[in-house]
Amino acid sequence: MKSKELSETIAIKNKSEESWPAIQTDLDPWQPVWAQQKEFDLNSGKYVKIWHGPQHPGVTGNMSVELTLEGDVIVEAKTHVGYLHRGFEKLMERRKYIQCFPIVCRICVPEPDTNEYLLAAGIEELAGIEIPERAAWIRTLVLEMVRAASLTMGLGGQAGAFGLVPIGQWGVAHRDYILDLFEELTGGRVYHMYIIPGGVRQDFPEGFEEHVKFVMNKLEKLISDIEKVMFNNAVFKARAKGLGYIPPEWIEPYGITGTTARAAGVPIDVRKDNPYLIYDQLDFHKILGSASDVYERTTLRKEEILNSIRLIRQILERIPDGPVRAKLPNVLHWKIPAGETYVRAESGRGEMGYYMVSDGSEYPRRVHVRGASYTHAMAVLERLAVGNSIADMAGLMPSLQTCPPEIER
Amino acid sequence: MSLKDILSPFYAWKRTLEKPYTIKKPIEEREGADRYRGFHVNDIEKCIGCGTCEEICQNEAIDMVPVDFIHTKKGDSGLRPQIDYGRCCWCALCVDVCPTGSLGMSNDYIWVTPDPEEWVFKPGVDEKEWKDDDKGYRRTDEAWLLDPKLTPMPVMEPEVRKNTFDEMAYGYEVIMATEEASRCLECGICIDACPTHMDIPEYIKAIRENRLEDGLKILYDTNPFSESCGRVCTAHCQDVCALGHNGDPIAIRWLKRYITDQTADRRNEILGIGKPLPEKDGTVGIIGGGPAGLTAAFYLRNYGYKVTVYEQHDKLGGMLRYGIPQYRLPKEILDREIQTILDTGVEVQYNVKVGKDISLRELKDKHDALFISVGAQIGTQMPIEGIDTPGVLVGLEFLDQIAEGKRPNLGERVMVVGGGNTAMDVCRSSVRLGAKEVFVFYRRTEAEMPANDEEIEEAKEEGVKFEFLTAPTKITKEGDKLKVQCIRMQLGEPDATGRRRPIPIEGSEFTVEVDTVIMAIGQKVDSSMAEQADVKATRWGTFEVDPDTLQTNVHGIFAGGDCELGPDDAIHAIADGKKAAYFIDKYISKQGKNHAETK
Repeated sequence: MKSKELSETIAIKNKSEESWPAIQTDLDPWQPVWAQQKEFDLNSGKYVKIWHGPQHPGVTGNMSVELTLEGDVIVEAKTHVGYLHRGFEKLMERRKYIQCFPIVCRICVPEPDTNEYLLAAGIEELAGIEIPERAAWIRTLVLEMVRAASLTMGLGGQAGAFGLVPIGQWGVAHRDYILDLFEELTGGRVYHMYIIPGGVRQDFPEGFEEHVKFVMNKLEKLISDIEKVMFNNAVFKARAKGLGYIPPEWIEPYGITGTTARAAGVPIDVRKDNPYLIYDQLDFHKILGSASDVYERTTLRKEEILNSIRLIRQILERIPDGPVRAKLPNVLHWKIPAGETYVRAESGRGEMGYYMVSDGSEYPRRVHVRGASYTHAMAVLERLAVGNSIADMAGLMPSLQTCPPEIER
Repeated sequence: MSLKDILSPFYAWKRTLEKPYTIKKPIEEREGADRYRGFHVNDIEKCIGCGTCEEICQNEAIDMVPVDFIHTKKGDSGLRPQIDYGRCCWCALCVDVCPTGSLGMSNDYIWVTPDPEEWVFKPGVDEKEWKDDDKGYRRTDEAWLLDPKLTPMPVMEPEVRKNTFDEMAYGYEVIMATEEASRCLECGICIDACPTHMDIPEYIKAIRENRLEDGLKILYDTNPFSESCGRVCTAHCQDVCALGHNGDPIAIRWLKRYITDQTADRRNEILGIGKPLPEKDGTVGIIGGGPAGLTAAFYLRNYGYKVTVYEQHDKLGGMLRYGIPQYRLPKEILDREIQTILDTGVEVQYNVKVGKDISLRELKDKHDALFISVGAQIGTQMPIEGIDTPGVLVGLEFLDQIAEGKRPNLGERVMVVGGGNTAMDVCRSSVRLGAKEVFVFYRRTEAEMPANDEEIEEAKEEGVKFEFLTAPTKITKEGDKLKVQCIRMQLGEPDATGRRRPIPIEGSEFTVEVDTVIMAIGQKVDSSMAEQADVKATRWGTFEVDPDTLQTNVHGIFAGGDCELGPDDAIHAIADGKKAAYFIDKYISKQGKNHAETK
């Protein structure tokens, strides 16, 4: 069941010295969680049940966790979603292909472009459309920009959860600088609706490259500030180190991806493993950690921002000229040949994938969205929360990079 | 953990010295980006109300609603988009798809209103502060979601077609037709422009979905001359096509031809012609078997009346046969199309000239209703000296001869006078008859020529030379040659038809030596039969009718086509025929009812 590459990595990892003491995992991760749930006698007075969310800022969105506490310690966690269900997958079945394009970005608020890219890539693959080269470069730029924006805000969220409020504000403010760039490029700040099947909607506006460079410098400076204020901070270290350890053995059975997996030393990165767009032409490497705790995951996320900045600079230097959009058939009655495909991309949170089925009509038969949040927030969190203090719960969730809108697509 | 970890966080204080990120509204204002997708703006003069924005909007935020005060032009539905901003998601697909490019978005950031109703408004119509913004999202040519390029029709090369009367357009193949059909927006602006209101989007959809049988049925619902129209229609639909505003209009005519060509061998079977029709009491006489008359005959027969067509020639088809040369409309195509009409059970009396062989009054007594559709058969002559010189021909008579299979020798140099479609047919036929040099003399400029642009273009390809702002004044014969004295013109004030009136320039006379002169300057209606049944005619010789019902001043006598409209195109005649059939049916039904009441 395990891939050879992954099994080897885990074996090497097991042999290496553990930097931080691991939580005793007596449960086999391949066993379903519901089979292991315990009964708690709530009338005994020993336990108390509280709802963490959906209005708690540490929940990173509209979901809630039902916690059973014994004193300060969490003995059971159940995730509840459904506060934000919009049914995008079903909505798409009632919309023509081009009409799906404006709605998918809403699947994830901080990182809409990954969704736009995946829908476009899926449609292009099914319909056999080649996009112009420049469009592929611009798409990569957009994906890296939005990754930086999302991770910057996430970094702020992580800091905020541990009481380092100014960093939260810096993060949001710097995300807004990137949103200014998006406004200039796409006409929208949060929902860009820019990566359209066939390419991207319009080429760079005048002076856009210079603005990107300016913002990237600003962001780089912010990261160096955060380095001092957050990563070399006694409070943050005390609380984050050792918290929420995810053993490498969990990665495959749970389907953990992204920085969360890489922090455990498992080298999964779609950009390298299965290069899409022009990632094979860019110079970067997988950023791996080992400690697999909240501190390590946050550090990796910071490194990812720096990596994105480097990639963006590379792209701006090497982007070729040319058209940005391939001509589509008349989108009002565009029929896609019958077939199915799975396209995937690395989002800030992990692997994101679209499984698309076409029955040859004007409407997609089925679109299934695979997001990292579903795994991280629904399954892993339930396991990970147990044994931790209630006070650490707020810091645990952002470290898994969950985005409830993505769970309820 | 070290002392450094305790001191390092105080670095955060450094940021207090930096400039804040926020702006001080309202002291400072921040303008939206040039491409910002704010509220919509719409240039209502440019907008044609095609509703493609409504079609593509995935939120159903757009409704097309009538707007009173706009000046509705030709090819304009009179509707304008009304947008509900409770639904709009600002995706700008409506902007990217807009065929005219009238729709855009402003870059206004902030709008505050206490009235929720105000969030539903008509951009460009309702007064908003951003109404005339020129910044904001606009579609570029690259971003346009529609395909402005026509699928070209394969045609004979000019060098080949110059020597033959064979049909020059080969017709679309399946892939071409499907490709062309897929460009259609289904806005339906064309339906209104078509005189007989053919359901164009539906039959184009039938081509796209390869349901040609359905397509043929849709064609015959409104036009029994679809096959001819698919070749020679003046295509008013294409003039107003939404895609034509920024690209090539859909080749509606060629698509129509595609359906009829592909289903030609099974036409009667698909349409169910030959099966028993409902029978109604009443007979209708139709005078003139041209497009108007035969259309009326087809629909009246399908209503269940007994129909007799009186035709002065020995073949049916009128101007379609005698006015349009073989290379545009082959006679065998016309024959098989007329045969379909006759197969419904229409009776024809050939070589009967009403007014001479039989009087209009006699016919009136014989039938319950009459439809006069004799067309405009007389070619107009120019009132100039020497017009009756041998070698000076009348365009219509010339085309008539060619239609009957004659191939007159025109000599080497031919002068054609006129700028209409007849002039084009004449000059291109002359090329095919072997004339080395063919000149078209027209008294206005190319912009004012009533002929279709396509025809003019093709004539040029075939080597026809055009002399604009020139008119002949005198023709004399010297030896074998004709000497034509001409004069240059200049354009003056617009006349009643809106075209600028040509005025001769004094002293600009010059002489041209040619072998043949063909006058193709217009046609007249022969309405001499009218007085036999006290039917009123106008001073131009056309029949006077009630424009709503096509009934003349005499009850039961209807008139339509060129003889009522003046010289016009086939599709107007067909429209008249269809309309007349409807009202003749109403008239006869009402008569029957009246009889019952009086008894």
